[in-house]
Amino acid sequence: MLLSGDHGRLLSPLGVKVTLAVLLAAGVLVPVLNLAVPEGSAFHVPSYLVALLGKYLCFALLALSVDLIWGYCGILSLGHGAFFALGGYAMGMHLMRQIGERGVYGHPVLPDFMVFLNWKELPWYWQGFDAFPFALLMVILVPGLLALVFGWLAFRSRVTGVYLSIITQAMTFALMLAFFRNDMGFGGNNGLTDFKDLLGFSLQSDATRAGLFAASALVLALAYLLCRWIVCSKVGRVLVAIRDAESRVRFLGYRVERYKLFVFVLSAMLAGLAGALYVPQVGIINPGEFSPANSIEIVIWVAVGGRGYLHGAILGALLVNYAKTYLTGAAPEIWLFFLGGLFVAVTVFLPRGIVGSLGGLRDRLPFPGPRPAAGEAGG
Amino acid sequence: MMSFGRLARSLLFLAVTAALLLPATAAAEVSADLKGLAERSNDAKAAAVERLAAGGEARAVAILQAFLDGRLFRTKEDDRFVIGARSGGGYVIADAVTGEALGEVGKRALRKVRINNRLRQLVKGKLGSLTLGSPDPAARIRAADAVFRSERAEMTPALQAALEREQDAKVAARLRRALAATQLARSDDKETRIAALRTLADFVDPEVRALAAAVAALGTDGTPAEPDSEIRAAAQETLDEIERGLAFNGFLANVFQGVSLGSVLLLAAIGLAITFGVMGVINMAHGEMVMLGAYTTFVVQEVFRAAAPGLFDLSLLVAVPAAFLVTAAVGVGIERGVIRFLYGRPLETLLATWGLSLILQQLVRSVFGPTNREVGNPSWMSGAWEVAGGLTLTYNRIWIIVFALAVFAVLVLVIRFSRYGLQMRAVTQNRAMASSMGIRTGWVDAMTFGLGSGIAGMAGVALSQIDNVSPNLGQGYIIDSFMVVVFGGVGNLWGTLVGALSLGLVNKFLEPYAGAVLGKILVLVAIILFIQKRPRGLFALRGRALEA
Repeated sequence: MLLSGDHGRLLSPLGVKVTLAVLLAAGVLVPVLNLAVPEGSAFHVPSYLVALLGKYLCFALLALSVDLIWGYCGILSLGHGAFFALGGYAMGMHLMRQIGERGVYGHPVLPDFMVFLNWKELPWYWQGFDAFPFALLMVILVPGLLALVFGWLAFRSRVTGVYLSIITQAMTFALMLAFFRNDMGFGGNNGLTDFKDLLGFSLQSDATRAGLFAASALVLALAYLLCRWIVCSKVGRVLVAIRDAESRVRFLGYRVERYKLFVFVLSAMLAGLAGALYVPQVGIINPGEFSPANSIEIVIWVAVGGRGYLHGAILGALLVNYAKTYLTGAAPEIWLFFLGGLFVAVTVFLPRGIVGSLGGLRDRLPFPGPRPAAGEAGG
Repeated sequence: MMSFGRLARSLLFLAVTAALLLPATAAAEVSADLKGLAERSNDAKAAAVERLAAGGEARAVAILQAFLDGRLFRTKEDDRFVIGARSGGGYVIADAVTGEALGEVGKRALRKVRINNRLRQLVKGKLGSLTLGSPDPAARIRAADAVFRSERAEMTPALQAALEREQDAKVAARLRRALAATQLARSDDKETRIAALRTLADFVDPEVRALAAAVAALGTDGTPAEPDSEIRAAAQETLDEIERGLAFNGFLANVFQGVSLGSVLLLAAIGLAITFGVMGVINMAHGEMVMLGAYTTFVVQEVFRAAAPGLFDLSLLVAVPAAFLVTAAVGVGIERGVIRFLYGRPLETLLATWGLSLILQQLVRSVFGPTNREVGNPSWMSGAWEVAGGLTLTYNRIWIIVFALAVFAVLVLVIRFSRYGLQMRAVTQNRAMASSMGIRTGWVDAMTFGLGSGIAGMAGVALSQIDNVSPNLGQGYIIDSFMVVVFGGVGNLWGTLVGALSLGLVNKFLEPYAGAVLGKILVLVAIILFIQKRPRGLFALRGRALEA
């Protein structure tokens, strides 16, 4: 069960080129149509749509990070929302510090919620977040570090399959409980909000929103290329081998846990980046982002689009989130039926997702799907 | 004052029944005393109270209580003494002498019979002694407790007399406590006070501790509150003994709380453990089976309320099998309809069952509404068993522990001795071999899934008694149940038992030190770390397979 030919070269299958082209085109066109085209025109993209699409792109990046580990290494993380939220909190802390004296209480240093809780000085872990480069570093480092510690513990002792899924879920659940506590110094229940500006640009202005959208599209495109590069490299082939037959790879002399750890940490960092792009566009981050249900929803985006294709994850995230926006507006009570039905239908009838099924129709090439080899514990 | 309120209610009832038999002469006397209560002079009022109490009429209790509570009135119209109970803007009144109900009147039609603080003290003491002779043991206990709290010296003879008469050991203990407390507070004799302290040492409860502590304590200026050092020493001894007792009771209470939480987790997790053990399937919809069980209880209770309100206490006995059947049927349906197609792909099964859980939640929300539904406790499950001071065990939790252990025992027996259990164990150990031996593995899977779901449904019946019945009920328990299964080890019921009880106990013992939320976080982190040491749980099935 080796990779079929079109996964060997970086830009070879059509889907890759299309994905990159669409992302870059959107990154240019949407901001231009929003800012330069007058409001009455049929080509004008309204501002709310820019924000909405920007949010979708962040989710797509998150889905991409999950596909990298689940689709190519068989690690089903049900706690990836935790990395996303941590990245979001790191960015949120920077944005809080940018508010400065413009808060409700007008305190020069402390954010509003700390004044409200009668805190006297900034906790040590809030130091440095007023500098954007530092915050950006933390956006990547904090999720990466958590993934490193967690992954090192888990992979070293060969916790695999559903056990791993369950403890990742426990991890995000524990973090959710922790962030709900006021004593943690992250705003408790309400989280971080009331952001004013980023790098001096007001977050309320259309231009900043358009810029954030373009940045999201660009980061997504770059992350996509990076993931693509990794899965096409030799490392990527080992990862796929681990997915399909972990013990065999170990017997061949590969240090399986190192490969897993590498891809897990990288994936967490991408998720953190997605969270950091997400927060300024929606204007709030709260502990609800850590809820286990959110993390499982990410997995279904990947499953719908097609696991193990990268652009499948992007497509799935966009489609499912569009459906969510539409249904929660048009018929809220239908949404959970739809989402639940989607989980069941995709796993039973469409195990390779949309991209996989279309690809199968096109060239009838057998793709090394998620089915495990006989005798191996799967997934 | 709370205790007086309760006292009043039961006494009123007694008084009303007694009043029907009241002889005419006694009634005339009571009427005369009532007039005394309404005199202007406080001395005349006090004398009337004395006379009423000395007369010992059953009606006197109700009158004095009403006098104390400010509910004794005279009607402006015909100057009749009545006892009123507030009702909206006015009062429902009853004749004070005969207890005859006189209907409802406005506030303005009544004149209150006034009372002051000195009289209140007097009436309280008199009420206490009047009811110490009550034929109802519960009333005697309440009276003794009232004296215990008021520590009135003049009650000492009444207490001693009551103690001599008393046959009931429980009431006698309360009387001794009241007597000792009164002696400690009011007596001038050193020996009596020390003896009283010794007696009090037998009563492990916070109120007695407060008494002893007050005697042993130093005042704000550093001088002892009690000048006599021997009495202080005796009080300190009593205090230490009571505190030891209280600490032990607190420990027992923690154990009980922990076992109670553990039994709930056990009920929620056993089903999960057997489906995971036999089929390798993590059923994310398991929590929703619990929720369905709770809603089945709700429906059964509604039927009982509508059809046979008198048999409401039996509703849970019907709800248990009903919940089992409903959820088992849903479980078999899920297995045949979805999971069957996903064998060998545990992660996909996990996702599909998660989807089912969303659908079930929304379904229940659409049918029953998003708010909590009211599920009642039958009378044999409400109330509490007061074992000792600071140690009160609620009956519903006791019953849930019993129920969880019973379900566990039955399950162990079924798996150990029945034909189905044998086949189930065979499939757990080696599916391919079991199939070759002629076991219909598909049938075993369906039955196992049904059984696991049915147990979850019964867990829902239990949970409906202690938790809110809402569509999110299952979500609150699912992660903890996973933790139990992962901690205890898969496919081993004893592991689940140990896992559930230890998680429950650890949670409850961490709570006082770390708080509920932080305690829970610590437990989760501990389990994540524990998995590193034993990736297959505490009691892993040992086998030769490379990957279980």
